[in-house]
Amino acid sequence: MDVVKIMMVLYVFVLSIFAGFELISKVPPTLHTPLMSGSNAVSGITILGAILVAGKYGDWSHGISILGFFAVLFAAINVYGGYVVTDRMLQMFKSKKDKIKKT
Amino acid sequence: MNVITLLSAEWFRELVYIVAAVFFILGLKMLSNPRTARSGNWFSALGMFLAIAVTLFSKNISGFQMIIAANVIGLGIGYVMAKKVPMTAMPEMVAIFNGFGGAASALVAISEYFARTDTLENLPANDVANQAGQAAEAIAVVAGFNGNVIEFTTMVLSVFVGMLTFTGSFIAFVKLAEWMNSKPVKFFMQHTLNLLMLLGVIALGILFYQDPSNANYFWGIAAISFILGITVTIPIGGADMPVVIALLNSYSGIAVAMTGFVLSNNLLIVAGSLVGASGIILTQIMCRAMNRSLFNVVFGGFGGDTAAVGPEGPGAHTGHYKSMGPEEAGMTLDMAESVIIIPGYGMAVSQAQHAVKELAKLLEKRGIDVKFAIHPVAGRMPGHMNVLLAEAGIDYDKLYDMEINSHFSHTDISIVIGANDVVNPAAKTSPSSPIYGMPVLNVEESRHIFILKRSMKPGFAGIENELFYKENATMIFGDAKKTIEAIIHTLEEMGER
Repeated sequence: MDVVKIMMVLYVFVLSIFAGFELISKVPPTLHTPLMSGSNAVSGITILGAILVAGKYGDWSHGISILGFFAVLFAAINVYGGYVVTDRMLQMFKSKKDKIKKT
Repeated sequence: MNVITLLSAEWFRELVYIVAAVFFILGLKMLSNPRTARSGNWFSALGMFLAIAVTLFSKNISGFQMIIAANVIGLGIGYVMAKKVPMTAMPEMVAIFNGFGGAASALVAISEYFARTDTLENLPANDVANQAGQAAEAIAVVAGFNGNVIEFTTMVLSVFVGMLTFTGSFIAFVKLAEWMNSKPVKFFMQHTLNLLMLLGVIALGILFYQDPSNANYFWGIAAISFILGITVTIPIGGADMPVVIALLNSYSGIAVAMTGFVLSNNLLIVAGSLVGASGIILTQIMCRAMNRSLFNVVFGGFGGDTAAVGPEGPGAHTGHYKSMGPEEAGMTLDMAESVIIIPGYGMAVSQAQHAVKELAKLLEKRGIDVKFAIHPVAGRMPGHMNVLLAEAGIDYDKLYDMEINSHFSHTDISIVIGANDVVNPAAKTSPSSPIYGMPVLNVEESRHIFILKRSMKPGFAGIENELFYKENATMIFGDAKKTIEAIIHTLEEMGER
């Protein structure tokens, strides 16, 4: 990585942290559990790196492929499980107004 | 230009990554309101789907069998776990998912190192571990590294934080699932040992920087981080679990961001930073709600401390308490005009949330105003009680956090269900109490207090609660669910008011 690229990546890093603080501080306490499981699913984005590792040779004959297989597996559990369980929780949150609308 | 060329072009992939980042941000933004939260989650999932899909077209992938196999198995495990887990066990679930995320990030960073040093790929899959070191040494010039400090630091950090998250979350999971004693486990020279291990990681990191071809340093860092995750989590008591989960959540995000630096992938950095920020904010909220510093939580070994109970031991509190049966409670409730229910972890343990909802419905039918007061650290993770009450079908606009404190003075009856420390007035009145200064719910200001509890034993943190001995407090002993069902039965027998 050359210096310019590193600086660009750092730039993205710093700005994202600020965006994160702004966004998360607006989440009400009642949704903190879904926030945690949802952000868990987002952190499964590491699957992108894992896919490239696992697919590098495409077969089982290399050490890297085995590491990659487990990386994809763990990240996949995180991604799929995280979104499904978050959805399961969020569909339970209802208010009086929602119920009136439906009927 | 045909479609495949477009999809596999680097600029196109980067473009889709930007779109995915926007979806993640929108998803979080929509989480600020329970009404939009569910669609926000799907926005986020859509971003993830797009990012994964476009990555699959990368020219660097030469075969799909491992990717497909791992994805199918991961989807199966994740889906079944997500669908089967009871809402009371959500803290364990989040902990274990966290651990998987940390492990995945660490594994990606490890593989990236070996991919660049061109070592593992020439080896057969077996005995990789013992040959990796030798082979790495054999290659004097390391292709991928140009002695770049940031690249090195982030590679070491992603392995360190990833491994730490992995084993730390696993211990948190085991403690939350009560597969092991949730009390703090302390051993000789614990803090010194942890500090030495941390210094060890830093030392190995420097050695590794000087000689990147020596994979032993790298394995060493991974191994120490693995152990450190266990030894730093094991002394933390069950009552502090909300903080620990939030902190591990943040670590898993940081690990992803660091991996993003290693791969110079902006999407990983954005997503990782968002998750890291989320975990840090939740950690802060939890610490503030307990009036403790993060340092104190991590190094304090709070909870189950005998010193906190006092020399007389539990139950030796001076003064008398009153108790009554559920029938009497039902009759008193019948005359009330306003009720506040304060749930705690005890409600989750006895699975009483559905009975609580029935009781609330019955009281409202009689024209009684019912509110719920939820302390930020009630339960085992941030927002745990809210999810349980939502599951039972209680509207979220009836749930209040600390803002409800001004309501207690004009409330007829407060019903404390399996909560203890969060209603302890000692936090306001006695400077010698270990929880002094912690913001608590002012239940003692209401006209009557019903306390549903199994016995007079102190709660999770092992602190005596003077609320139980107050003039206006009455204990109702027994399993919370059975007690509430008995109260409901009494109210039903009395008929309409």
